[in-house]
Amino acid sequence: MIGKSDTIQGRRKWLQGTMFGLFRVAALINGMALLLVVYFLVARGWRAINWTFLTQPPMDSMTKGGILPCIVGTLCLSLGAIFIALPIGVASAIYLQEYARPGRVVRVIRLGINNLAGVPSVVFGLFGLAFFVVYLKMGVSILAGSLTLAAMTLPVIIGATEEALRGVPNTYREASLGLGATKWQTIYRVVLPAALPGILTGGILGLSRAAGETAPIMFTAAVFYTPSLPTSIFDEVMALPYHIYVLATAGTDIEATRPLQYGTALVLIVLVLGLNLVAIIYRSRLRKNR
Amino acid sequence: MIRNQDDSMQEPPKMSTKDLNFYYGESQALYSISLAFEIKEVTALIGPSGCGKSTLLRCLNRMNDLIPHSRAEGGVFLDGEDIYDQGVDVVALRRHVGMVFQKPNPFPKTIFENVAYGLRVNGIKDKTFLRDRVETSLKQAALWDEVKDRLHNSALGLSGGQQQRLCIARALAVEPEVVLMDEPASALDPIATQKIEDLIHELKTTYTIIIVTHNMQQAARVSDVTAFFYLGKLIETGKTESIFTRPRLKETSDYITGRFG
Repeated sequence: MIGKSDTIQGRRKWLQGTMFGLFRVAALINGMALLLVVYFLVARGWRAINWTFLTQPPMDSMTKGGILPCIVGTLCLSLGAIFIALPIGVASAIYLQEYARPGRVVRVIRLGINNLAGVPSVVFGLFGLAFFVVYLKMGVSILAGSLTLAAMTLPVIIGATEEALRGVPNTYREASLGLGATKWQTIYRVVLPAALPGILTGGILGLSRAAGETAPIMFTAAVFYTPSLPTSIFDEVMALPYHIYVLATAGTDIEATRPLQYGTALVLIVLVLGLNLVAIIYRSRLRKNR
Repeated sequence: MIRNQDDSMQEPPKMSTKDLNFYYGESQALYSISLAFEIKEVTALIGPSGCGKSTLLRCLNRMNDLIPHSRAEGGVFLDGEDIYDQGVDVVALRRHVGMVFQKPNPFPKTIFENVAYGLRVNGIKDKTFLRDRVETSLKQAALWDEVKDRLHNSALGLSGGQQQRLCIARALAVEPEVVLMDEPASALDPIATQKIEDLIHELKTTYTIIIVTHNMQQAARVSDVTAFFYLGKLIETGKTESIFTRPRLKETSDYITGRFG
């Protein structure tokens, strides 16, 4: 009797061990992927990185010199995109989640947002070119690029914010309304603070995505080469992802600039991880202040 | 104007409902409820799950408004005024009729900010006033001595019983006239429950209290009047001691003796 149940126990334990092992491997693969990318970039790119590389514009037909205009350009574009997309995205999510009565209007808006998320980034680029650059006469500029990137990151931010708002317990809302707070006071003073960490996560995801995209800025903001830093939002800029693309496919000497390509990629990923880190630290401080 | 004592006995009820029907979509949850809640008394609403007692409670501060496709018919009166009338400001109503919920639900803010919340949303900024009112409310809720040294710590660090008393303090801070309690002790241990019950005894000197409870002994201990509900109908109501010692109807006696529900 005891022996029999032991075999069953043993089999169940074995199954559990195997399954957990598989899950662990799956999780490890995730971590490995990021580690591999970073390792690859560091191994091939670190030699290119020095003070000149970070503080000078490209020189000698972009075979020497630095990438300062690209760093500045990417910062301008992605921060610009997030400053545009975050307020609009958060406001839309609040409307959909807290105010709107479920019905046809909400369904149509949701459908629109979901489809926006599925649009390929190059289509956003062409849309930006046609609408912002040409029709609204913004020209190839930081403004047009940021707006295009913002349109692309909106679904990410709306989705994350809606998720965060859904995660706020209804008891908070009831408690607040029960104390004679208006709906807006409830949202502003209770719901949003409680949802802020989740909203920031959405912002981080959006920012990273905006910083790394090439296609949407190709026709709207980025240029092949400009040695000067932007002085206004109507200036065209260089950008890290586009610079990598240019050096790797259309440069004057593709083989010779390999280290520069990897160096630029390394700077891009450090920039993105750095931006994420700032937001993550801010978020964990918010969580601690509960 | 001179009144003799007999007159004061005839004081109109603080709140009342008249032929109140309530619907969640198609299904009717309350059937023609007419019930009066006397000033500075504790009224207990009892009955098995789904009998409509919580629904009725939530009609009294129009918390049910939040539920889509729900509607109320008939009248609910606060000091003789129908709170379902067109011109009524629901936000103001809820300041007069406060609520304590089943599960303690403090905001993820400090203890001080939790109690001050109702005042702040009403536009009070005066720091001395806020501090005084927070202290008074916490004392009323018998929590002051336990938290006075950590007012600026998170409310989520308190025990369940303390959190519920904090929620009571938070409700009292806006000086409501009526306090609705939806099974306020059901998520608490016996000692914390005892404290909440003592508190209800204290509070009824100032407030009109309406409490939903599943606990018969609790209803018997804390309330002056008991109303028994079954399947959305008010079956029997009366002085608590008479309901519990000599109920008129068989359903009531079956329920309070634990034969069903």
